[in-house]
Amino acid sequence: MLLKKNIAVSSSGFIFNPSTGDSYTVNQIASEILELLKENKSIDEVKREILKNYEVDEKSLNEDLNDFLGHLRQLRLAEDGNA
Amino acid sequence: METLKLTIAVTGLNAVDSPGPGVGVIRSLRDCKDFDVRIIGLSYEALEPGLYMHDIVDKSYQIPYPSAGSAQLKSRLEYIHEKEKLDAIIPTFDAELANFIKLAPTLKSWGIATFIANMEELTALDKMHLFVFGEKHGFKVPKTKFISSIAQIEDLEDEFDFPMVVKGKYYEAYIAHNKGQIESYFHKLNAKWGLPVVIQEFIKGTEIVITCLADGTQLIGAIPLRKLYITDKGKGWSGVVLEDDALIEMAKKFAKDSKWKGGFELELMRSEDDELYIMEVNPRFPAWIYTAAAAGQNHPAALIKIALGQKVKPFKNYEAGKMFVRYSWDLITDISEFQQITTTGEL
Repeated sequence: MLLKKNIAVSSSGFIFNPSTGDSYTVNQIASEILELLKENKSIDEVKREILKNYEVDEKSLNEDLNDFLGHLRQLRLAEDGNA
Repeated sequence: METLKLTIAVTGLNAVDSPGPGVGVIRSLRDCKDFDVRIIGLSYEALEPGLYMHDIVDKSYQIPYPSAGSAQLKSRLEYIHEKEKLDAIIPTFDAELANFIKLAPTLKSWGIATFIANMEELTALDKMHLFVFGEKHGFKVPKTKFISSIAQIEDLEDEFDFPMVVKGKYYEAYIAHNKGQIESYFHKLNAKWGLPVVIQEFIKGTEIVITCLADGTQLIGAIPLRKLYITDKGKGWSGVVLEDDALIEMAKKFAKDSKWKGGFELELMRSEDDELYIMEVNPRFPAWIYTAAAAGQNHPAALIKIALGQKVKPFKNYEAGKMFVRYSWDLITDISEFQQITTTGEL
């Protein structure tokens, strides 16, 4: 999955989509995930990073991450592609 | 590079809740490092806030209402030019454009530059003709019909689905969900703006506006913006500059097809299936024009350069994410200033 190129993500968790003018705020973990996606990390690499840094079981992470990625697709901030 | 000393007259000083573009145009001109400008404000009303903003406008003159015709405007401008030696005029109101278009050759003979379209080009883009222009040049414009009597409402359902947009000939628009509402808005708009009343297909989507400058053959600049806060009068009170190649390409094609000269604003709707519809074209700069200068494209300054015969290359870049937030401010003045503009027509 690829974050669209022009999406601006700040370290404070503010997202701006310059194509639509929409902006969003996300929490710290979501912000880190977005940073990793911006670095073109694959979903598996993102999972490994999060599992390494947070106390979370893989099942919960998978569920929450899928949910979050679904939101990104729905808001047209990300598109499917090879990373 | 030496700065060019210029005296430029600008209209639209009504920086109110439904603002004219004058103050934004002047701020842009003052920002241009190539110019050293003296600004002459042209006003219709004694309480247009721009009149009292002395760091924005150097000297102001009242001018006759557009309905008085071009002869009266000519005589007033002759007087103003005698006093101020104008180099250029930027008209910013839809309603005054026809008079300025008529006077453009005279103004030129006096040495006053303008850069505006001709009557034919102006008419092609008004509410009454935009649908035909869209069909001819391949732009999506909501289906439009003009009605002049209540009896015509009966047949609308054969051509349009509810809701329908009911618009005045010049200004105002309402969304009607049934025949009763169409009838009520018909009477309201007829009383205010006259006939015909415009019926338009309702397009659901996101409103986007693009402020543009064209030189008669090509697009010189375009800044797209999404309004983030809209007042109950339908005016943008805050907006953010967008980055979207499809919008710029559309502006380029529009400038070429319309052969437009000067500033204009495209009001668009992006439908849920990502189609762009032209809802309206404003044949002048919008009130938020200073945002374009802040984003890297100073359209009013470029217009003056073109009007003065300089070669201006199309802008290539701008900064997306620039925002404007409009605010209100109680400017304190004195009754003596109000008295002066009211009694002498000058301030």
